Amino acid sequence: MKPDRALLLHLAVIAALFAMQYVLPAYHQGNLARILVLATFATGYNILFGYTGLLSLGHALFFAAGMYGAGMTMRFLDWPALAAFPAGIVAATLLAGMIGALALRTTGVAFMIVTLMFAQAGYLTILYFNEFTRGDEGFVIVQATRNILGFDLSNDDVRFVAAWLIFSVGLLVALAVVRSRMGRVLVAIRENEERTRMLGFDPFPYKLSAVALSGAYAGAAGAAYALLFGSVGASFASIQYSIEPLLFVLLGGTGVVLGPLVGAIVIFYLIEYAREVTTAYLIVVGVALVLLILFARKGVLGSLRRRTDGWLP
Amino acid sequence: MDFGPQLFLASLDGMVTAAVLALTALGLSLVFGVMRVVNVAHGEFFMLGAVIAWFVASNIGGHAAIGFIAALIIAPLVVGAIAAAADWIVLKRLDYEPEATIVATIGLLYILQQGALVTFGPVAQAVEPPFNKRIEIPWFEGANVGWGLFTTSYKLFVIGATIAILIGVWLLLSRTKIGLVMRATQLDRETAQAFGIPVEKVYALTFGFGAALAALAAVLIVPIQQADYLMGGDPLLLSFIVVIIGGLGSLRGTLVAALIIGMSDGIISVFFTPTLAKIIATLAVAMVLVFRPQGLFGAKAQ
Amino acid sequence: MTEATTPDSAEKPANESRRALLKGAAAIGAVAAGTQMLPGMVPYIQAQTSEPIKIGFQVHKTGIGAAYGRWYDRTTTAAAQLINDEGGINGRPVEIIAEDDGTDPKRGAEVIEKFATQHNADIAFGTLFSHVVIGSAPRAGELKLPYFVVSEGHHVASGMLNRYTLQPGITDVRSQVQSMAPWVADNLGKKVTMIYPDFAFGHDHRDYFSAAMEAQGGEVVAKIAIPPTEKSFTKYFTQIPRDTEVLYHVMVGPAVLTFVKELGEFFGGRGPEVFGFIDSLEAVDMASPGLEFLDGTYFWEGNPRYAGDWSSDHDAFYRKAVGVDANGASVTDPKDISTYAHMFGCWETLHIVKAAMETSDYSGPEGRAGLIEAVENMAVFPHSRAHPQGDKLFNGRTHQAFGHQFISQVKDEKLVPVHRTSIFDSYYPDEVDYTKQSF
Repeated sequence: MKPDRALLLHLAVIAALFAMQYVLPAYHQGNLARILVLATFATGYNILFGYTGLLSLGHALFFAAGMYGAGMTMRFLDWPALAAFPAGIVAATLLAGMIGALALRTTGVAFMIVTLMFAQAGYLTILYFNEFTRGDEGFVIVQATRNILGFDLSNDDVRFVAAWLIFSVGLLVALAVVRSRMGRVLVAIRENEERTRMLGFDPFPYKLSAVALSGAYAGAAGAAYALLFGSVGASFASIQYSIEPLLFVLLGGTGVVLGPLVGAIVIFYLIEYAREVTTAYLIVVGVALVLLILFARKGVLGSLRRRTDGWLP
Repeated sequence: MDFGPQLFLASLDGMVTAAVLALTALGLSLVFGVMRVVNVAHGEFFMLGAVIAWFVASNIGGHAAIGFIAALIIAPLVVGAIAAAADWIVLKRLDYEPEATIVATIGLLYILQQGALVTFGPVAQAVEPPFNKRIEIPWFEGANVGWGLFTTSYKLFVIGATIAILIGVWLLLSRTKIGLVMRATQLDRETAQAFGIPVEKVYALTFGFGAALAALAAVLIVPIQQADYLMGGDPLLLSFIVVIIGGLGSLRGTLVAALIIGMSDGIISVFFTPTLAKIIATLAVAMVLVFRPQGLFGAKAQ
Repeated sequence: MTEATTPDSAEKPANESRRALLKGAAAIGAVAAGTQMLPGMVPYIQAQTSEPIKIGFQVHKTGIGAAYGRWYDRTTTAAAQLINDEGGINGRPVEIIAEDDGTDPKRGAEVIEKFATQHNADIAFGTLFSHVVIGSAPRAGELKLPYFVVSEGHHVASGMLNRYTLQPGITDVRSQVQSMAPWVADNLGKKVTMIYPDFAFGHDHRDYFSAAMEAQGGEVVAKIAIPPTEKSFTKYFTQIPRDTEVLYHVMVGPAVLTFVKELGEFFGGRGPEVFGFIDSLEAVDMASPGLEFLDGTYFWEGNPRYAGDWSSDHDAFYRKAVGVDANGASVTDPKDISTYAHMFGCWETLHIVKAAMETSDYSGPEGRAGLIEAVENMAVFPHSRAHPQGDKLFNGRTHQAFGHQFISQVKDEKLVPVHRTSIFDSYYPDEVDYTKQSF
């Protein structure tokens, strides 16, 4: 039997990431923890955008749903972190399911705008209920409550391992999904929805599952962000956090499981270095988007895959 | 304040909002109508208009009116040229594929905004209005005329100027060759091309013209508000709302929707908090797109 | 100007915590003041190392806080320059490492991380907007990095943050508004309409000023919240009740000038008394067209923007060092107006850091807990070059400074102080005791 090259590659990446904590200096270890959480967010987004071909401009809402789902249950109901984390995922998944059910009645540009509008309404709702959410200012999750099974999530090493764990699970689940029957249907929908329908598949439940699944990823990332870094705020629901996963996926490679990780690392450090040069460092985001869409639509790994007979999932 | 005058004042302010919104949204609607491009950078063209107005007004001395008139001419031209160039360099190469152009205009948004940060700076700047006389409204509240019953000559001017510009745009589109060519391209790109219309140039022109309208709106409003590199977000969102409620690509629908949204922005905030009003408006847009994608005033399905 | 009380001559302590504070002030203040003056230990430390003391400076270079950030930057640079010219801290030079936080809480936390793990900064310092402070403080606490904020938010003293976050250089909103209420009630009127930004900073104004006004027998007749992103305001002003005697306004964000102009157009020379927080016009020229109506109205100022016979020598020295002219503008560009009411906090905070580092023999990151304890043990900051705004009391339990507030009247496009509050007008019972938290 031929070895499962793809699985081995992904396991190797996971192992390499784990080893990074022994190699990287503290500052970059902290950065990588953040990157892994954001890459988890983008890995889910990739299932929707990269594999199903649905471009959402509203995923910040699901990230925020995870963040507030975890944060609010801890703040107001005194839930332990172990319960609050899944609460965030559930909140985001339900919200994604509901919004997906509505938004999927539209396609293309209309889908982009509908998701954008829902996310904007969600952001404003967080501001509107600032009595509870503390709006833009946000609130702090008390350090003492941020532990799971005795592990202190605010400890740098624990935080890194937690972020790594969440990312690794997310990556393997994504790998399994895109290689499953469902994943192949999603790609078929992306390539030609009409033909998929004629082959006897009702695209709607598949598309809805993709929205909900990407919502669950966003929720997991948001909840993890709240638990690992301790603050919750409305700015995480703003449009910028909807653009970020799109950018990571585009750069790393749409429809490549490892793409979002590559994209997140590259963009993070591009911005990091741009900051040294100018206060207008966000120009990097703009230039990257324009150049990618003009010259490298497939992103880094997308271009690489073409040269590797396409075995890279 | 009594309810009557309160409502009246809110409506008057709403008229100013509606006027500026109509111009901005018209630009967005025109670009979508002719080119089928959703321009996410539209708000940044608005911002550029305001910023250029400040540069012009602060570099031309003398009476405030001179700088203002110069800005009215220069800002739309410069912004239109920038937009046309962006179309030529970026959008054309994408062959106007809808999703790719959205991503590209998001990129453009960041480039323009951060470019303004570098050149204009992070701090808001004011532009002096050419004239600004406070006009009392003779409305008796109880026995005495109280404070707060007023408008300003400049606000009335903004409303008047907008009506004049809108008539001009309508004439341009309906009575001139440029307008005819634009409409022909809107109806059927391939046929227009077959008839020898240089579609690519029409597109660049349209994109530039749409951006120039946003810049013009910004020059009109900047003496009332201020120029600031982050000011593009709100006009973008509101223009989106207007264009969608009015029906994508329908110019008449856009104007009606601008009036409704602009007026209600003022009037709703009499009854509700503005944040709630915005939540309702954005949800309404989402619902319109989901259940009535042709818009509330559009007739034909997309 | 009305008579002001100094800490030592304060009358009628109303509660236990105030009395405790006074006792602490007397006892510890003497010690703290004494040890600051002891130069004897400096050569010893100097012999140890001449590595610079690195101060991570979190600054709003971009985003909605940029106008403040620019002047916080200049003030900080000037303060560091002075400290270095006078021999540094424990004989070591001070190095300011500035990083833009984009007025964004997520970035704020990343910047804190960068200070701690990349730059190996000794402390972090600086930022103003409260959401950035709240986003950053947890990281500072986890990284055990002392975090000195100049934010005037009530979040430090409210107990929301942690032992590593301190605000010794500027007073907080709660104490500011509380000390304004008696003067407003006595001099302007008892029926107040409040206009404030619709986020936590504005809500602190709303809650604490309403309570303080009621305590004066006054009443807040309407509370009008405006989203900080709003661009046009007249529609909100129509909600001001006709029987309003005093209009209380405070706004922040890029549209503040528009806000005040529209207020003037709205009243058209009539209307209630107007009392504002200078936040509504910070970094804005009082001579801007459209602001004429402000003549005769009143503002809270944290520190008087215009120099005059009310200014002390210490203020003159500080003003010159930062590069601010008598009108509160940059000496090189009279159109570039400073955020004078707030930025002194950076200057004073850095001097407190210096004093505390010298008291605690600070020599490196292992001395951070000692540094915080040294600050906590401080009780009195006398009016001096290091504290040009005026004397202050520091409450080590709540990590918050208390000081004098100014009420200024607009006369001929200038702000002229007419009242200086006593420190005890602004004092309130403790809401937290950070010293009970472990390091």
